[in-house]
Amino acid sequence: MSEFVLEMKDVYKAFPGVVALNHVKLQLRPGTVHALMGENGAGKSTLMKCMFGIYSMDEGEIFIDGEKVEIHNPMDALNKGIAMVHQELQPIPARTIGENIYLGRYPLKKFGPISIVDHDKMYADAARVLKEVKMDFDPKTKVGELSVSQMQSVEIAKAVSANCRVLILDEPTSSLTQNEVEALFRIVEDLKSKGVAIVYISHKMDEILRISDEVTIMRDGQYIGTWEAKDLTTDFIITKMVGRELTNLYPPTENVPGDVVFEVEDFTSINPKSFRHCSFNVRKGEILGVAGLVGAQRTELMEGIFGIRSKTSGTVRYLGKELKITKPKDAIDNGIAMLTEDRRGSGILGVLSVADNISIASLNKYVEYGIVLNTKKIEQLVEENVEKMNTKTPSSKTPIASLSGGNQQKVLIGRWLANNPDVLILDEPTRGIDVGAKYEIYCIIADLAKEGKSIIMISSEMAELIGMSDRIMVMCDGRVTGFIDGKDATQENIMELATQFES
Amino acid sequence: MKKFIDYLKGNPIVAMLAIVSIIVGFTTKNFFSWANFGNLISNTAVRFIIALGVSGCLITKGTDLSAGRQVGLAACLSGILVQRADYSGRLFANLPQFNMWVALIIVVALGAFIGFINGTIVSRLKVPPFITTLGVQTIVYGSCLVLTNAQPIGGFQKGYTELITGRIGKISGFHLPYLLFVAAGFGLFFWFLYNKTRHGKYMYAIGGNEIAAEVSGVNTTKTLTLIYVTAGMMYATAGWLLAAKSGGASASMGMGYELEAIAGCTIGGVSTTGGIGTVPGVLVGVLVFELLKIVLQFLGVNPYYNYIVQGIVIVVAVALDVRKNIKKK
Repeated sequence: MSEFVLEMKDVYKAFPGVVALNHVKLQLRPGTVHALMGENGAGKSTLMKCMFGIYSMDEGEIFIDGEKVEIHNPMDALNKGIAMVHQELQPIPARTIGENIYLGRYPLKKFGPISIVDHDKMYADAARVLKEVKMDFDPKTKVGELSVSQMQSVEIAKAVSANCRVLILDEPTSSLTQNEVEALFRIVEDLKSKGVAIVYISHKMDEILRISDEVTIMRDGQYIGTWEAKDLTTDFIITKMVGRELTNLYPPTENVPGDVVFEVEDFTSINPKSFRHCSFNVRKGEILGVAGLVGAQRTELMEGIFGIRSKTSGTVRYLGKELKITKPKDAIDNGIAMLTEDRRGSGILGVLSVADNISIASLNKYVEYGIVLNTKKIEQLVEENVEKMNTKTPSSKTPIASLSGGNQQKVLIGRWLANNPDVLILDEPTRGIDVGAKYEIYCIIADLAKEGKSIIMISSEMAELIGMSDRIMVMCDGRVTGFIDGKDATQENIMELATQFES
Repeated sequence: MKKFIDYLKGNPIVAMLAIVSIIVGFTTKNFFSWANFGNLISNTAVRFIIALGVSGCLITKGTDLSAGRQVGLAACLSGILVQRADYSGRLFANLPQFNMWVALIIVVALGAFIGFINGTIVSRLKVPPFITTLGVQTIVYGSCLVLTNAQPIGGFQKGYTELITGRIGKISGFHLPYLLFVAAGFGLFFWFLYNKTRHGKYMYAIGGNEIAAEVSGVNTTKTLTLIYVTAGMMYATAGWLLAAKSGGASASMGMGYELEAIAGCTIGGVSTTGGIGTVPGVLVGVLVFELLKIVLQFLGVNPYYNYIVQGIVIVVAVALDVRKNIKKK
């Protein structure tokens, strides 16, 4: 009998162009909370997806109670007592709590020769597990009527009902209020006392230090180490998480910020839980970093400015002139560009060629005789663009989906540069990109700032923000909580502003 | 040659049909004849025009189930407008006799209007195209029944039928049907539209990733609406041609044409997952589908079996297409 309920050894997983997990290990003891920490892109979620059978490992082994097991899909994982509550909950809103809990494994009863769902048993069992997670709800309630934290409890109830021995919680508190967090912690303590091993992924230091017994830290797909939580300090964790030599990781920035050119005032979303009363400005040739935890609504604010999301109030001014922006096209016509966070979802045109992906936002410039596109000039644009960005692609006709993440990102930056914008909003420009390509993208950003473009860069990697920004705006829970000069910025003073929740 | 072989490898259905046609051609009489060839061209031409219309909807991940019924409505309306004033069985006895070109303009305008409704519902109300066009299909068919009172329409002006069945030139005893040129003209127009204009690029972009296209400043509402409008105009044109070609029209005309057009597009490589599809591909797809019908006929297959074979070909073509995309992941 092993001292670990679950052990992952020597896990290796590569995606095209990126090594996501480089010989990582994880050892979970029964009845403990094991925090898994690392910056975004460190490989935490990938590791958990390997454990839960969503991804298959290229190399590596998983042991349960010291015995080697194979996990091919989430069903395997559940059968072996591993359950996962995803960061983005995926309930079926139109069905009841009971049906959601027992989805895919409904209790059956015989009705003559055929098996039918035993609703009585399902709802009785569901009521029992709901009680276990301290949720006083009728299991026949539709999940769509619940709040986010209640949906999360349903997900946990689902895990409990499967008699799980390992429970993965991926950023469970990112959208919860303080009271809801306390309720979650009580459930976690309860499960712990029942011998369940809990993997807890979170960026919130205070939570980690409070609730976890052990902490494993990852960085760039590497295993850094495992420590007992009681020995740790926030500083130590951050150092280990970031912990790389900062020399040469970022290019020297030679940009000289000029006058204020871009002003955003009193931006408030139509969604009361999203951004509220946000004001900031950007100078010519300045890189403004935007920091915040997951759920700080940074992306939402920027998408609001760009016309992707709706607002109730707020003005945008460029060179003192107020801009009317209700859709992305308005923003583009006014010289604003936005590289969106979700490269696959709202960035690349997957099946289309690199050339089409570069030219799509600037076709207006190439129309002749009112209708015909000057394909020669477009080819020229594409060629120059590929060269300038140093995009590695077999040809400009290659579908963008077959390039690596870093090269896709260069194509997308190129798409915007083809419009020669004055203001560039870059949302997580280096997410999911390997270190080499990151440096190239930093160089591009630094050059653009030097050319006098105003840059707004959202990033969840603090080191990146500190290394690149002239100024850092910090957000927390939909509000701008402060600005820090790039020279004075540290992980600590950013984190302090990023955790200023309204009580 | 190597390119050609690669193409056949990538399109096994086309390759299979080419082989079958050659075998049938050498084992039966009259398969390789001008008459059969002319027949193939005429049949393909109208269907190609319809398929061009629906291709835009498919490339943007939509569909248009109202295509066939729109063809039928246009055929009936054209028929009513061009009925000879002295024809005894006129449906609307008091209606003046219209010039056939005026009739064309009227039906195309109606097609554009129906397409505008389709496009507006799809792009603004965000109703899935499948449902939108299913509803509109039924409405159009109903309108057609009301308009014609389910009566067949005949007695067209002579110039109308002649123009369509007419032929040009003489190549070793063969006359090229006008329809060939009409279809070629539309093919060129769509090739130009898809490859040389913003509209075409935007269409592919929407099919590739609608959200990304919108973020890049593409007016997706306008582009989608325009695609359905163009499609409606094409169906109307096809209906106008079809009535002339058949020398008569009835409400049942065009039934199932949308499925043939969608099948043709898919066989020709228009991807059901969006963003992919070319005009030459659509042409090949439609041609192959028409060829399939003729081959079955020459093989003496009971016509009742034709639908079964065609259905299998459609499903297999889509299955192969989907597999192609799965492999890429």
